[in-house]
Amino acid sequence: MKVRVLVRLKPGVLDPQGRAVHHALEGLGFDGVTDVRIGRLIELDVADGTDQAALTQMCEKLLANTVIENFTIEVSGSTEGA
Amino acid sequence: MAFRAAVITFPGSNCDRDMATALAAVSGQPAIRVWHGDVDLPSGLDLIALPGGFSYGDYLRSGAMAAQSPIMRAVVAAAERGVPVLGLCNGFQVLTEAHLLPGALMRNAGQRFVCRTVGLRVENAASLFTAGYSAGETIRIPVAHHDGNYYADADTLDRLEGEGRVAFRYAESVNGSARDIAGVLSANGRVLGMMPHPERAIEPAAVDALGGADGRRLFEGILAALASA
Repeated sequence: MKVRVLVRLKPGVLDPQGRAVHHALEGLGFDGVTDVRIGRLIELDVADGTDQAALTQMCEKLLANTVIENFTIEVSGSTEGA
Repeated sequence: MAFRAAVITFPGSNCDRDMATALAAVSGQPAIRVWHGDVDLPSGLDLIALPGGFSYGDYLRSGAMAAQSPIMRAVVAAAERGVPVLGLCNGFQVLTEAHLLPGALMRNAGQRFVCRTVGLRVENAASLFTAGYSAGETIRIPVAHHDGNYYADADTLDRLEGEGRVAFRYAESVNGSARDIAGVLSANGRVLGMMPHPERAIEPAAVDALGGADGRRLFEGILAALASA
């Protein structure tokens, strides 16, 4: 089954890349952009029936650094966050 | 004194030879080279050193893949037994990813790779790793990193400061690190991670060419502290 993991910086953690992209968008003349945050999308193909606990462990142990990042796991259309 | 130091090499490490050279120059004994895929460390180590570089190409996050490599399980176990562990630059990133040190190293606030010699204030000169310096002294050590922007939440930063675990602080603006933190110690003081490269500043004869020799005292201090322990 297909799993998408969205890894995002926690609110409050400064995102220098997002800020630079924000400035670049303004430089291109795109007005009205109030904030840009950059995250990471990880697509996994895992065995059918892989349980949520295993997916959460993958995120906590490797895919996200929970000191600075939150993650969201989307399994075949459903969405569960952490 | 007998001194057994191990230098771990990950795929993409590029300061491992510098680290081994610095340790050998100060101790007179060759460092033992250990590969990331090894499962066990040599016995009777006095120091484990994690070098700078771009382990695993900085894939996912700097240090994230190296922190999961087979040898790191042995390094974590050794650190828990009290074996001193020194991580420089990418080694510091690996130590945070392996949860041997708190916080994380994020992209430099200015987005740019920073490569120059900077001033560092020695905040704690009482640790095993900083015994060669005086508290409050400013030393000159090279930095070379893209992800050196130290982050931890406010409570963690307060705890680090309160417990004297900030070893070094930048004396100038370098990378946007929280409270200008350049190096931190573990709770028991036996693990040090720092972004600057003392192993690149060890040759008194080449002060002008290589940006100083202040890094040599870090290694000399470790040896002296271990000898008197």
